[in-house]
Amino acid sequence: MTATNLTQLGRSNGVSPSATSAVEARGLTKTFGKNLAVDNIDLTVMEGEIFGVLGPNGAGKTTMLNMLATLLSIDGGEARIFGYDVRSQGHAVRQLIGVTGQFASVDENLTGRENLWMFGRLQGLPSKKAHGIADELLAKFDLTEAANRPISQFSGGMRRRLDLAASLITRPALIFLDEPTTGLDPRNRSQMWDTIRDLVAEGSTILLTTQYLDEADALAGRIAVIDHGRKVAEGTPAQLKTRIGTSSLRIQMADAADTAAAVALAADLTGDAPVVSPTGSGFSVRLSNANQAADALIALRNHGLDITNTTVEQPSLDDVFFALTGHASETPGPESEASTS
Amino acid sequence: MTASTTIPTSTFRPSARTVKESVPVREALTQITTLAWRALIKMRRNPEQLVDVTFMPVLFTVMFGLMFGGAVSGSTAHYLPTLIPGIIAMTTITACVAAGIQLREDMDKGVFDRFRSLPIARIAPLAGPMLADLARYAIAAGITLGVGVVMGYRPGGGVLGVLAGVVLAVITGWSIAWIFLWIGTKARSAGAVQGLSMMLMFPLAFLSNAFVPVDTLPGWLQAVTRVNPISHVVSALRDLMNDGVVTAQVGWALLGCATVAAIFIPLAVRSYSRQV
Repeated sequence: MTATNLTQLGRSNGVSPSATSAVEARGLTKTFGKNLAVDNIDLTVMEGEIFGVLGPNGAGKTTMLNMLATLLSIDGGEARIFGYDVRSQGHAVRQLIGVTGQFASVDENLTGRENLWMFGRLQGLPSKKAHGIADELLAKFDLTEAANRPISQFSGGMRRRLDLAASLITRPALIFLDEPTTGLDPRNRSQMWDTIRDLVAEGSTILLTTQYLDEADALAGRIAVIDHGRKVAEGTPAQLKTRIGTSSLRIQMADAADTAAAVALAADLTGDAPVVSPTGSGFSVRLSNANQAADALIALRNHGLDITNTTVEQPSLDDVFFALTGHASETPGPESEASTS
Repeated sequence: MTASTTIPTSTFRPSARTVKESVPVREALTQITTLAWRALIKMRRNPEQLVDVTFMPVLFTVMFGLMFGGAVSGSTAHYLPTLIPGIIAMTTITACVAAGIQLREDMDKGVFDRFRSLPIARIAPLAGPMLADLARYAIAAGITLGVGVVMGYRPGGGVLGVLAGVVLAVITGWSIAWIFLWIGTKARSAGAVQGLSMMLMFPLAFLSNAFVPVDTLPGWLQAVTRVNPISHVVSALRDLMNDGVVTAQVGWALLGCATVAAIFIPLAVRSYSRQV
């Protein structure tokens, strides 16, 4: 077949590529044996946004991403990328997406520069232009110095950056990022966040998965929470947070004998039932607003109740899951459903 | 609508005009040569992967020549014209096994996931390494010949006959390798590929006329060796290298190779690109 415009193909199926949605999935389902890895998920990602998929290990995030990226077959439902059917128009979809997986998908045998050149050549760039773009991306991702070193000598953060650079060679319209910061140290993590924000500022659409609430909060305009293959919630970070509640105050008493008196004071002030720690020497209480933390601490001081330690904690992913599903997130362990043979 | 009213859109906005339905042949060829380049670099940086096409031929030529020469042909020197083409065929098939093992190892690494997510020809990740492997078959044949000449082998077919033999060996290696490539896409681990491939490789190499005159074998075994395509390759190699003649055996050998390729290329590509 000759290279023709696939738009017509789409139209002949009675569906024209949508101008505004980058991802449109309905009833997406995937089973591995008896295990329902992705269960009837609907997803709409608008062009130009960062959409976060939040969930613990094994929730089905990677499986869902791999289905959308044409790496896994779709067992049920349907998905469109910029209007192109993922199942029947995989080749078109692959021209519109960049995929950065959880594990660096660059060639260990090549240097950073060779990797980028190779991926450029594979995607139809002339050799010289492929070299030019490789050098540009190496500079952009702060890898110029290491460009001619074998990948085996790269640190984890450098690999991630090279991996992302390899996904950007053809400036894809939609970028899938599977847990882009898992395993990165804080400095590399904030660099990756900046890079992701830059990409969107330049016009890309991003679908990212993460295990971290703060990451989804910091980056994503909208978030879908996935648990056991199901979508349990969707909304803006602010909408989700109101469902979860706010932060909690954790206090460690100097003398465990004071705990009961302190708990009574805290309950009075916050209107919440404090949870006493298993050792009996501390407790935590949910706050409906941040000023309650100060009120509680002042009250303890006024009553001569000494504390050794106190923290105000943001809701964790566990709190999110508890609030949304009524059970704690079951982890840890690698997202094994991603590896297929 | 006029151009002046066009609303500037994001530079990333996908343009349907740039989406192609399939990979043009010229681009597919570039992809294959690019991936062959990758395989050659890999070979250069991991020279231990060349052991099977360097030390193995030396070992087998010396060992078989000295051990079986007297028993089969009366002396090592008399055995060499029979043995060298046989060893060339055997080392070529042995070199094929590595193709399947390396594909399995590659497929288990992240970089092959990226290949699968790129809009490239589905055959390219298989055909690229296969192109680079031609060098391995040529090395295997060349070293076997070299050792043979040192031991006293004087090919009667002359330079042209010998060159034709090497070309046939390379063609054979390329064709047979698709079987092992297919095994590589099917098996669960590199170890499994190795095991399965050995089970296939040994009968192919030894249930043939590569090392012994067929008329010394029991009747049923003679029948087996006759349908083994490797027997025809070995006969063709002997005809080309020892006598410098292009016989019907050359035709049968090429036909056998073409048949193997025609069956296993589609099988391997389909198995490779199958989604789970």
